[in-house]
Amino acid sequence: MNPANYLYLAALLFTIGAFGVLIRRNAIVVFMCVELMLNAANLTLVAFSRMHGNLDGQIMAFFVMVVAAAEVVVGLAIIVMLYRSRHSASVDDASLMKL
Amino acid sequence: MIGLLVAAPLLGAAVLLCGGRHLNRTGHWLGTALAGVSFVLAAVLFVDMLGRPGDDRALHQHLYSWVPVGGFQADIAFQLDQLSMTFVLLITGVGTLIHLYSVGYMEHDNRRRRFFGYLNLFLAAMLLLVLADNFLLLYVGWEGVGLASYLLIGFWQHKPSAATAAKKAFVVNRVGDAGLAIAIFLMFTTFGTFAFGPVLANAEEATQATLTGIGLMLLLAACGKSAQVPLQSWLGDAMEGPTPVSALIHAATMVTAGVYLITRSGAIFNAAPDAQTAVVVVGAVTLLFGAIIGCAKDDIKKALAGSTMSQIGYMVLAAGLGPIGYAFAIMHLVTHGFFKAGLFLGAGSVMHGMNDEVDMRKYGGLRKYMPVTFVTFGLGYLAIIGFPGLSGFFSKDAIIEAAFAKGGTQGWILGAVTLLGAAITAYYMTRVMLLTFFGEKRWQPDERGNEPHPHESPKTMVIPMVVLAFGSVFAGGLFKFNDAFVNWLRPVTSFEHGHPPIGVAAITTLTVVVLLIGVAAAWLQYGRRPVPVVAPRGSLVTRAARRDLLQDDFNHVVLVRGGEHLTRSLVYVDNKLVDGAVNGTAAAFGGLSGRMRRVQNGFARSYAVSMFGGAALLVAATLLMRAV
Amino acid sequence: MADTSFPLLTATAVLPALGAVATAAVPAARRDAAKWLALVVSLGTLALAAWIALAFDPGGARYQLTESRSWIADFGVRYELGVDGIGVAMIGLTALLIPFIIAAGWHDADPLEDASPNRRWRPTQGFFALILMVEAMVIISFAATDVFLFYIFFEAMLIPMYFLIGGFGDRAHSAGEAEGAKQRSYAAVKFLLYNLVGGLVMLAAVIGLYVVTADQLGQGTFSMQQIAEARAAGELTMATNIERLLFLGFFLAFAIKAPLWPLHTWLPNAMGESTAPVAVLITAVVDKVGTFAMLRFCLGLFPEASAWATPAVIALALVSIIYGALLAIGQRDIKRLVAYASISHFGFIVLGIFAMTSQGQGGATLYMVFHGLSTAALMLVAGFLISRRGSRLISDYGGVQKVAPVLAGTFLVGGLATLSLPGLAPFISEFLVLVGTFSRYPAAGIVATVGIVLAAVYVLLLYQRTMTGPVDKPEIERLPDLRPRELAVVAPLIALLIFLGLFPKPLTDIVNPAVEHTLSDVRKTDPEPALPEVEAAK
Repeated sequence: MNPANYLYLAALLFTIGAFGVLIRRNAIVVFMCVELMLNAANLTLVAFSRMHGNLDGQIMAFFVMVVAAAEVVVGLAIIVMLYRSRHSASVDDASLMKL
Repeated sequence: MIGLLVAAPLLGAAVLLCGGRHLNRTGHWLGTALAGVSFVLAAVLFVDMLGRPGDDRALHQHLYSWVPVGGFQADIAFQLDQLSMTFVLLITGVGTLIHLYSVGYMEHDNRRRRFFGYLNLFLAAMLLLVLADNFLLLYVGWEGVGLASYLLIGFWQHKPSAATAAKKAFVVNRVGDAGLAIAIFLMFTTFGTFAFGPVLANAEEATQATLTGIGLMLLLAACGKSAQVPLQSWLGDAMEGPTPVSALIHAATMVTAGVYLITRSGAIFNAAPDAQTAVVVVGAVTLLFGAIIGCAKDDIKKALAGSTMSQIGYMVLAAGLGPIGYAFAIMHLVTHGFFKAGLFLGAGSVMHGMNDEVDMRKYGGLRKYMPVTFVTFGLGYLAIIGFPGLSGFFSKDAIIEAAFAKGGTQGWILGAVTLLGAAITAYYMTRVMLLTFFGEKRWQPDERGNEPHPHESPKTMVIPMVVLAFGSVFAGGLFKFNDAFVNWLRPVTSFEHGHPPIGVAAITTLTVVVLLIGVAAAWLQYGRRPVPVVAPRGSLVTRAARRDLLQDDFNHVVLVRGGEHLTRSLVYVDNKLVDGAVNGTAAAFGGLSGRMRRVQNGFARSYAVSMFGGAALLVAATLLMRAV
Repeated sequence: MADTSFPLLTATAVLPALGAVATAAVPAARRDAAKWLALVVSLGTLALAAWIALAFDPGGARYQLTESRSWIADFGVRYELGVDGIGVAMIGLTALLIPFIIAAGWHDADPLEDASPNRRWRPTQGFFALILMVEAMVIISFAATDVFLFYIFFEAMLIPMYFLIGGFGDRAHSAGEAEGAKQRSYAAVKFLLYNLVGGLVMLAAVIGLYVVTADQLGQGTFSMQQIAEARAAGELTMATNIERLLFLGFFLAFAIKAPLWPLHTWLPNAMGESTAPVAVLITAVVDKVGTFAMLRFCLGLFPEASAWATPAVIALALVSIIYGALLAIGQRDIKRLVAYASISHFGFIVLGIFAMTSQGQGGATLYMVFHGLSTAALMLVAGFLISRRGSRLISDYGGVQKVAPVLAGTFLVGGLATLSLPGLAPFISEFLVLVGTFSRYPAAGIVATVGIVLAAVYVLLLYQRTMTGPVDKPEIERLPDLRPRELAVVAPLIALLIFLGLFPKPLTDIVNPAVEHTLSDVRKTDPEPALPEVEAAK
C-alpha cells in the first residue's frame, strides 16, 4: 500500500482535531481533540519511519505517547478541579486564570 | 608703571567690595586716595612724556600672554601714547574730584563703602579701556565700564525704576558690544591679529568691503557706549543713578569712549569713506536729537543728559570728518569733560539742598541760597553754550569750522547742523539756568509738610565744583594757545588743516550770533514771565520730546512687547510642540499597547486560533521561500 | 612622564567608587560621618586629579598615563585608559566640582523631622554615595580610550542619576507635596528614557563599528588607538554610507546627552525637579560627557562623516543658542531658566567643536570647563536662595539684595559669568568659540553673537526680578544671608572664575596640543587670514 495514504489519513485526523479544539467548548472534548492531533502526529512519524526505512520515527512516536500520557494525567486533574469549582466543564468559563 | 595706573583703583575696588563692615568708616577715603594715587602716577608719566620728542612718546608694556590658542594670540599689554595720556589725565583727574565730591554727597547713605568700590572699579575699567594695546583688551575695559555703569545706575536698587534703568543700559550697551566683537572677528580673519600696531599700520591693504564692515561695526559699538542714535535710549534713564555717577560716567568719561574708539581706529575709517559718512550722519542726527530732548525735559538731570548726547554728537561728527576733525573731537571731549562734570556736580549740589527734588519747575531763585553753586554752574553754562573766551567756545568753534571744511554740499549741511545745534544748546542751557537760579522761588512743602531749606553744600562737594569751573573757563584757551593741543595729538591721530569755504572770522561771528539768538529765545520764554509749576501741555513736538522723541515707545512696542510675545509663544511651542512630539510618541505607544492588550482575553480557544494561524503562516512562509 | 607602573587613572576612578560603597554602608544614625566621609573621598579624588594634571606632559604623546589590559578577549574589548589634554581638563573639572556639590548639598538629604523612625532608612548615605558613584563613572568615561568601555559607563551613569533626580527633590514644592513627587518621577523617567534611547542607538553603532573593524582587520577592536593606527596605515577604510550611519548613531546619543535642540526637553524637567547640587551635577558634569565624546569619538572615529554633517550640526547649534536664550527669557522658574541658559551654552560648545578650527575647539574645551564653574556658582547660589524661601518661582522673590547682600552679590557674579563678562573665565571660551566659528563660517558667527545680547537679557532680568526692588513680601524680610558653609562653597568658585579669566594659560597650554591632534584627525587647518603678511610681520 502507498505510504502516502497514511499521511493523508494523518492530515485528516489532525484537521478534525484542530477544528475540535477551536469550536468545541467542553473541556473533555477539547482534550480528546488534542489527543487526536497528537496521534495524527504519531501516525506521520511512523509512516515516515517506514518510508525512510529507519527507526527514528518510531522511537519519537514512543516519546510522544509518554508525554501524552503525562499530559492526560495533569490535564484531567485540572478539568476535574475546574468542574468542581464551576459545575461546568466549559473552557470559556475559565478565562480569568484563577479558580 | 602703566600697569600700576590700572592696578591702584582695581585694588581699591577689591578691598572695598570684599572688605567687611569695619571699612565703612574709612572706605570712602581709601577709595579717594587710590584714585588720587592713579592721578599722581598719571601726572608723573605725563611730565616724563613731555620730556621726550613728539614721535617718541608712546610707551609700551607687555605684562603676559593672556589667551594663546593657535593663531589667536591675545596679550595683556598696555600702550600709553598722547591720545591715551589725554584720557588718562581726564579720567583720573575728574575721577578723583568726583570721588571727593561723593564723600559729601553720599554721606547719609549706609552703603557708601560699596559705592566707592564701584567707582574704583569703574576707574580701573576705564583706564584699561584707554590703555589697552589691542582691541580684545579694549573690549574687556569696554564691558568693564558697562558693568560699573550697570552697578552704579542701579545703586539704589530698591527703586524699581533704577533697577530697570540699569538693566536697560547694560542690554543696550551689549548690542553695541556685539558690534565691537564682530569688528574684532573681522580684524582677526583679515589681519590675523587685533593688536593696534599691526592692524592700524596695515589697514589700507584690506579690501574696501572689509574696512567698511569693520568701520560700521565699530560705529555700532560707539553708538551703544556713547548713546548715539539709534542706541541712545538708555542715557536718559541712566540718570536714576546718584548724581556723581552721572557726572563721572554719563557725562565726562565713559560715554565718550565711543569717540575714543573711532579716533583710535582712525586709520580704518580714513580708508573707508562709506563708514566715515555713516559716522558723520550718526553724529549730526544725534546732535540735533539730543538737543531737542534737552529743550523739553523738566528734570534737571535729564535735560543735562540730552545735552550730553548732543555734545557727544558733536564729537562723533568731528571724528567722522577724518584727520581734519580727530584732534578737535578729543579737544571738545576734554573741555566737555570739565564743564559737563561741573554742571552735573552743580545739579547734584542743588538736589542735595532741595531734598532730592529734580523738577526744575519747583526750583527758582536759588542763586541767593547757593552762591558758590550758582557761580560754578554759571561758568559751566557759559562754557557749554560757547561764550567767547571760555573753553566750549574754542572747542565747539573748531568743530563747526571743520564741519564747513568738509567741503561740497556735505560741508554746508554739516556746518548748518552744527550751527543749529549751537543755537539750540544756547536755548536749553539758558532755560536750565533761568528755571533753576533765577525768578521767584517755586518750591512748596511736600505731602509730609517738609519744606526744602536750600543751603550751600559741604566743602568736599564745593571744592571739586570750583576746580572744574576753573577747567571750564581756561582749558579751551590753554589748548588753543599756539595750537598746543593739536600739536600734542598730531603724532597719534594725524592732522590736516581744514579750509572752510567761508572765512574763519565769518564762522566765529555766525556762531556768536546764533548763540545770542538761542539765549534770547530762552529769556523771552522763561526769563520775562513767571514759570508755571505744572508744565503746560505744550505742542506736539514738545510732548514728543518729553517722551524722548518716542524712541522709548517704539522700543517698548516693538522690542519689549514683541519680545515678550515671542518668548511666550516659544515657551508654548516648547511645551506643546517639541515636548509634545515626544510625549505624543510615548502616548501613541501607550495607546497601541492598550489595543494589543485586548487580544489577551483569557479564552483558551482564541489563543488556540492565533496559535494555529501563526503556525499556518510559518508553514506558508517556509513553502513560499522554498518555491522562490 | 609619570611612573607608568602605578595605574593613576584607575585609582582616580576607583577611589570615589570605593568611597561610594563605604558611604552607603555607614549606619543610619551616623549621618554626619557619611557626609564627612564623602567629602574627604571627593577631596582625595581631587588630589589624584591634580596629580594627573601634574604628571601630564603637554608636549608629550597624545594619550598619556595609558593603561591597557585585555578584558573580553573574544570581542576584542579591552580595558584601555588614557588621557589627552582635553581629558585632563574634564577630569579636573569633575574632581573639582564634586566637593562643592557635596558641600552645597550638605543638608539636602537630611531626613525630615517627622520622618519614619525606621532605623534602616538612610537617605543621606544614599545621596552622597550616589554622587560619588556618578563621579567614578564620569571619570572612567573621560579616561576610556576603548569605545566599548566608554559605552558601558556612559550608560551606567544613568542609573545613579535616575535615583538622584527621582529620589531627592526640593523640600518644599510650589505645587504641593504629592504633585511634587509626581513631577519628580516624571522628570526622572523622562531623563532615563531619553538617554536610554540615545544609548540604544549608540549600542547599535558600537556593534556596527566592531563589525566593520572585524571585517577589515581580521580581528574586531574597539580601541581608539588601534583604529587610528589602522586608519593611518590605510588598512581601515569605511564605506561612506556606513561611516555616516555610524556617525549618526554616536552623534544622536551625544546630542541627547549634551543636549542639543530639539532633543533638549528632558533637561529643564530634570534640572527643575532635582535639588540644586544635583542640577549642577547634571549640567556641569554629566552632560559634559556628551560634548566631550563628540570631540573625541565622533571626530576621532568618523572624520569624513563629521565633515559631511557639519552644516547640519552647526545649524542645530545655532538654533540651540538662540532658542535656549529666548526660552530662558520666558521662564518663570529660576532653575528652569538656568537649564535653558545651559542649553544655549551647549549650543556654543557644539558650535565650537564643529567649527573645526583651533580657536573653536580650544574654546569649546575651555567652555566645557568654564561653563561648569559658572553654572555651578549661579545654580548653587540659586539653590541656597530657593532652600530659604521654599519656592522656585521668580515672582515669589524681589528685593533680596536689601536683606541678603552677600547672597545677591555672589548671585550677580555667577550671573555675570553666565553672560560671559570679560574678566571672568567664560568670556575667554565664548570669544574663542565665536572667533573660531567666524573665521570659517562668518554668518554663523554673527548669528551666534546675537546670543550674547540675549544672555544679558535673561541674566539681568532674573537678577532684577529676584534681587532688586522694594522688599514687599514678609518671607523675604526674614531671609538670612549666606551662612559660612555656603560662602565657603561659593567663594572659591568665584575666585577660580576670576583667576582663570585673567590667567587661563595653564589650561590653554594643556588643551592646545590635544586640539591640534583632533584637528589633524579631521584633516583640517585653520583658515589663513586674508592678509597673512601682517601676522608674519608681527
